[in-house]
Amino acid sequence: MRKINRQQLIDEIAKLCIKANRELPDHQIELLKKARENEETELHRELLGQVLENAELARNTELPICQDCGMAVVILKVGRECFLDFDIDQVINVGVAKGYTEGYLRASMLFSPLDRRNTENNTKAIIHTELVAGDKVEVIVCPKGGGSENASRVKMLTPADGRQGIVDFVVDAVKNKGASACPPLTLGVGIGGTIEHVARLAKFALLEEKPSDEFADLEAEITEKCNQLGIGVGGFGGKSTVLATHVLSHSCHIATLPVAVNIQCHAARHARGII
Amino acid sequence: MKTIKLTTPINREDFKKMEKGDLVLITGEIYTARDTAHKIITCDGNVPFDLNDKIIYYAGPAPAPPGRPIGSIGPTTSSRMDVYTERMLQLGVAIKIGKGPRSPETEKVFKDNNAIYLSALGGAGALLATKVKKAELVAFPHLGPEAIYRLEVEDFPAIVVVDTTPSC
Repeated sequence: MRKINRQQLIDEIAKLCIKANRELPDHQIELLKKARENEETELHRELLGQVLENAELARNTELPICQDCGMAVVILKVGRECFLDFDIDQVINVGVAKGYTEGYLRASMLFSPLDRRNTENNTKAIIHTELVAGDKVEVIVCPKGGGSENASRVKMLTPADGRQGIVDFVVDAVKNKGASACPPLTLGVGIGGTIEHVARLAKFALLEEKPSDEFADLEAEITEKCNQLGIGVGGFGGKSTVLATHVLSHSCHIATLPVAVNIQCHAARHARGII
Repeated sequence: MKTIKLTTPINREDFKKMEKGDLVLITGEIYTARDTAHKIITCDGNVPFDLNDKIIYYAGPAPAPPGRPIGSIGPTTSSRMDVYTERMLQLGVAIKIGKGPRSPETEKVFKDNNAIYLSALGGAGALLATKVKKAELVAFPHLGPEAIYRLEVEDFPAIVVVDTTPSC
C-alpha cells in the first residue's frame, strides 16, 4: 500500500483550482480557433477572436478566464493500492478554499441554497470519488459556472420517445437557454441509468475529447441541429452555437429512458494532476 | 452595425441614434448589481445611491489581483433580473448591461421607460477587466462578489439588444 500525504493532496487541489481557472485546455483553444475560421462575418470572427484573446490574457496574468470561477467539481480517482488515512471530503475542501483564496478566484458558493450566505472560500466542493487500479491518485478539477449549469436539464423520457426524443430534448434545451449560457457551448449528454446517474454521466461526458464509438452519429446530429439555431458566439448570431457534443450511456430499466444534458460554456475548464 | 462612443453622464437624447446590433463603447461610470442587490433595492426598498440616469452592469467580479483595480468582470445572465427591471427603471436607471436575451415583457418595459439594454460578451471577464480603470465599493459589502461597486471604465464594449424604438 502507498500512503498518500494529506498536505500533498491539499496542495495539489489548490494548484489545480488556480490552473483550471487561468489556463484553458489546448483542446478547447483548438475548437475555438476552428470555429473562428468557420465563421462568415467579420463580427462573429471578431467575437471569437475576443474569446481567444481573453483566454490568452488569463494564461499570462492573475486574472481568471471568467469572473464566475465556478463550483469546484473535483473528481478523485483513487488507486486501490493507495492508503488515505484522513477525511477525503474535508481535505478536498481545505484544498479548494486554499486555491480560491490564494488564486484571487471568486467565491460563489453558499452555506445553504435558501439562506444565500456566501461561504467566502468557494466551499463546499462537488466531489466524485472512484476506485481504480494502481497506486496513484488522479485529481481532476473542473470549475463549472452557474449560468451554463442553470441551462442544463434532466428528463425521464419514455422508451417510445427513443433516439428522436433525445435529439429534440437536447436541441430544445439549447434553443431555450443556450444564448445565456455563454456559447459556443459544449454539450455533455447522459443517456440511461437512473435519475442521479444520468446527470453524472452528462457531467463526465464534458471531459471527453473524441467522438464516442457507439454514439458518434447522434453526437454529430445534435451538434449540427444546434448550429442551425443561429444563436452563435455570445448569443450574437452566426454558426458557432455548439463546438462539440459528447454522449455517455449506461444500462437502463425496461420502463425508462433517462436523458440529461449538461451545458458547458466556452470556458470549458479542467486541470488534471497525479499524486 | 455602427460603433457609438458613449460618455457619462448619460444624455437620453443619444439613445435615439442607437439601434439593435450597434456596438457601444462606454467611458465613465457604471455600477455593478446582481440578483441579491436587485432584491434588496426593489423588494426591501433600500436604495443605497441615486439611480437616476445611471448604468447598471449585471456582474460580480473576481477579487482584484495585486496591481489591478479589479479581477475578471464579465456579465451574468440578464433574464434572472427581469422580475426587478420595471422597478429599477422607475427608480431612474437608464442603461442595463448583462448577457443574453430578455423576455418580451421586459423588452417592452425598457421601451416604455426610455431605457436601453446592452449585452456584453459573456465569458470574456479577463478582457473586460482591462477596460476598468478604477473600482470602489459602494454598498452591501456583506454580499461579497454580489456587492455594488462603482467602476470607472474606458471604452467598455457592449452591443445594443433592446433600443428605444417603440414596439409595434
